[in-house]
Amino acid sequence: MNRIFPLTLLGLVVIFVAVAGYFLTKPDFNPSSIPSALVSQPVPEFALEPIDGVDTPGLTTADLKGQGLTLVNVFASWCGPCRAEHPILTRMGQDQDLRIVAINYKDQPAAAADWLEELGNPYELIGSDFSGRAGIEWGVTGVPETFIVSNDGIVLHRFPGPVVGDGQRRFQEALDAAKASQ
Amino acid sequence: MKRLALILCLLAAPLFAVEPDEVLDDPVLEERAREISAEVRCVVCQNEPIDSSNAGVARDLRLIIRERLVAGDTNDEVFEYLVARYGDFVLFNPPWRPSTYALWLGPFVILALGFLAVFMALRSKRGQMTPSLTPEEQARLDALRKKDIP
Amino acid sequence: MIPELGQFAIALALIAACVQSVLPIVGAARRNALWMASAQATAVIQAGLLIFAFGALMHAFVVSDFTVRNVVENSHSLKPMLYKVAGTWGSHEGSLLLWVLILALFGAAVAVMATNIPLALKARTLSVQAWISVGFLSFMILTSNPFDRVFPPPLDGQDLNPLLQDFGLAIHPPLLYIGYVGFSIVFSFAVAALIEGRVDPAWARWVRPWTLAAWMALTGGIALGSWWAYYELGWGGWWFWDPVENVSFMPWLAGTALLHSAIVTEKRDTFKAWTILLAILTFSLSLLGTFIVRSGLLTSVHAFAVDPERGVYILALLAVSIIGSLALFAWRAPAMEGGGLFAPISREAGLLINNLLIATACATVLFGTLYPLFLEAITGEKISVGPPFFNASFIPITLPLIIVMGLGPHLSWKRADLPGVLARLKWVGITVLVGTLVVAWIAEGGPLLAVISMGIALWLIGATIQDWARRVKLTQSGAWARIKRQPRAAHGMSMAHLGLAVLMVGAIGASAWKTDTVSFAEPGTTVPIAGFKVTFEGVEQVQGPNYIAQVATLNVTRDGAFVTQLFPERRVYPVAQATTTESDIRQTLAGDLYVSIAEPAAENTEGLWTLRLIHEPLVNFLWLGSVMLVLGGALSLSDRRLRVGAPRRAAPINATPAE
Repeated sequence: MNRIFPLTLLGLVVIFVAVAGYFLTKPDFNPSSIPSALVSQPVPEFALEPIDGVDTPGLTTADLKGQGLTLVNVFASWCGPCRAEHPILTRMGQDQDLRIVAINYKDQPAAAADWLEELGNPYELIGSDFSGRAGIEWGVTGVPETFIVSNDGIVLHRFPGPVVGDGQRRFQEALDAAKASQ
Repeated sequence: MKRLALILCLLAAPLFAVEPDEVLDDPVLEERAREISAEVRCVVCQNEPIDSSNAGVARDLRLIIRERLVAGDTNDEVFEYLVARYGDFVLFNPPWRPSTYALWLGPFVILALGFLAVFMALRSKRGQMTPSLTPEEQARLDALRKKDIP
Repeated sequence: MIPELGQFAIALALIAACVQSVLPIVGAARRNALWMASAQATAVIQAGLLIFAFGALMHAFVVSDFTVRNVVENSHSLKPMLYKVAGTWGSHEGSLLLWVLILALFGAAVAVMATNIPLALKARTLSVQAWISVGFLSFMILTSNPFDRVFPPPLDGQDLNPLLQDFGLAIHPPLLYIGYVGFSIVFSFAVAALIEGRVDPAWARWVRPWTLAAWMALTGGIALGSWWAYYELGWGGWWFWDPVENVSFMPWLAGTALLHSAIVTEKRDTFKAWTILLAILTFSLSLLGTFIVRSGLLTSVHAFAVDPERGVYILALLAVSIIGSLALFAWRAPAMEGGGLFAPISREAGLLINNLLIATACATVLFGTLYPLFLEAITGEKISVGPPFFNASFIPITLPLIIVMGLGPHLSWKRADLPGVLARLKWVGITVLVGTLVVAWIAEGGPLLAVISMGIALWLIGATIQDWARRVKLTQSGAWARIKRQPRAAHGMSMAHLGLAVLMVGAIGASAWKTDTVSFAEPGTTVPIAGFKVTFEGVEQVQGPNYIAQVATLNVTRDGAFVTQLFPERRVYPVAQATTTESDIRQTLAGDLYVSIAEPAAENTEGLWTLRLIHEPLVNFLWLGSVMLVLGGALSLSDRRLRVGAPRRAAPINATPAE
């Protein structure tokens, strides 16, 4: 056996170690997050009714075009992390004068109404996605998720998970980049 | 190797998941639906097909797959529909295109290289085995043969 | 107090390992017999200390010592004793302790049992083994102390994931680890041989029993894991090509290739470099498995609580050991060839093809498992590589392997008479052809690939039995005496080959001809499947030790005649806040009737249960075949030639310097 074969193997091992090391030391390493197919695509076609018993109007595709930069927050009253990110999103909206709309994902209207009553309602529009179909159009994998949509109705960023702690920092970075591109 | 600590969604729902109310009346369509959902990766549970996942999203996707089949979609159209929303990640069967050429061809390239190596090894072994007719070698070969043939 | 002693024992074991990693190998270079012999003592001391540490942790679990964090997180006072004990290796820290314990036990076993090995080779081997020990012991002490205390101690523990509270899974990790980690000693032998610069038939023979032992354990461990998934996860699947399964399968494939290649090295003094390389790669793949399972680098259904930082440490260990050993190999191996000559049609050539195909299959699994990672690193794309890829690439490589496998044992060493062999196998071929047609007829056509694969499995069965019958001259008088006289290793080979064929029959049957149904059931509902009629009689609530179960009663009939009653359960574990499905199975060789119940996900279904019935034809051949593989290994291992009177080397090896 000559040296070529073992040295090739050795090279492959070095490459593997480099790649694995790169992923493991990446600060936001998360092998189970999946990229969105929606980024830089127009927002999907959907039309959602308002939540029963909440005054905020519903949400449709048209509401996301020509209305400036918009955050689309997917939330549910049964989701713990949503509760955690809610005050942070609310404050971000006020401090940075952001338009925030919401998709209420697979939630009982009464429970959602109570939740908004208790925690406050920072949303300009809320669509009730009781069946979860609009969530699928958006490629939602779980709640909470927050999308940044441009003035032209293009999805600029998808942020899965709660906007808290380090997530808040990463979300703010994405938001700043989105603002700069407008 | 592992404690096999299954991730949460499997914990909450350790059952394969197609529900009776999802099953289509048409057995041919149902069969196709099962085939498709066996090849679609659950987006919440990660490494499980939606066919065997009890996660809510998996159930929604199974229902949508069946709706689209009933509406007359081909299998490929159903896959396209899912990919448009969740990306290639959901396909357990990676599509054939430039970034996966290496994947699909890799095993056969490895095999071909292996055969080449074996062929060369065998040729060199046989080359050595052909008596080069020096008396010493001939004697050694004869001795070898005599010893090993029972 | 006991946990602190356990922790202290780990630290002492690290010191012993440090000594062992230097003294013997330097002794071997300087031909200092005392230094070399020190390895025996340190190896035994190290193992003793780790046995103590492991016992201390087990004690904490058995008495439910909730001042130890590990116990709090993985146990509960109400848990059955078996699972309290099994909880010892239920967490990352505990299983790592088991890992290093097995590493040390293999070292100690070589130190004590391998009396016929030259002192220098033994000293070098044990030093290399100690290098691995040092790496993993320091990893444990620095990042994963299993004896961490918690203050104030909670009143009770958080319980072990109930899916894992199962007998099969309780013994699955230890077996798997004996396999995984057992290959370490083969690796150490290989590196020692490279340092020594000498590999010969004697070396191959010394290494063989260790390879066999590790291979058997790994076979058993994988089979148990698969069996567990089959009956516990509730949907009758037994292999998913999940990354974590793949990383246990790859060392198995490489280890299988190694077993065969080592035979050639032993009998014909050739394939030497390749055998050494396989020894290195087999353990490297084990390390890769340990790394992937514990780093969370790849998404898997099964994984430990993942921690990238720990991952980086294991990655460093992996890099040092694999790159170091491969570099050493590249430096030393070219000087190592030569040896027996053989013709293109011969036992050697057959085994060469065998090794080529197994290695390719292994490389394919590795390639498919890691491809998404590399693609993401290069292009940022995220793709999934799942069963369709592995089935499409693995099966075409293994089917020819099985065909050659039937032929191989019939070929004689050096130069075989292929026409003669084929003539001998004529009747086997005809029988197999008829058998395949019968299968096709029973299956009413069925998937073509399944029928062909079944034919190939039948071929392996026929050819293996024919080979065995020919060797023992079964039809002539005195066959029994000849059977007893034959080396057990030869019987072991036949048994293992037969086992693989049987396993294949199970795998094909259970994947190609599986049927299932799902329906809502209320008392009185009858569902037909595969010739059976299953009637749902109702559900009863039963209190278990640490769970509450809903037990359904199902009556099974066939053609109006009563067959059996089945009792699938749904359990709720209040402490772990989890539910599990306990399926019930009517097992016969012809196939399993597999039943489970669940609460419906749909609305308005009060009083209804979701009833799932699965018919898995031939699935028990999978487990039977696995048992035969392990038995074949055991038969081989019990061959007296491996235990006593192994050959001495021609030249006195103690005098061979490293360079």
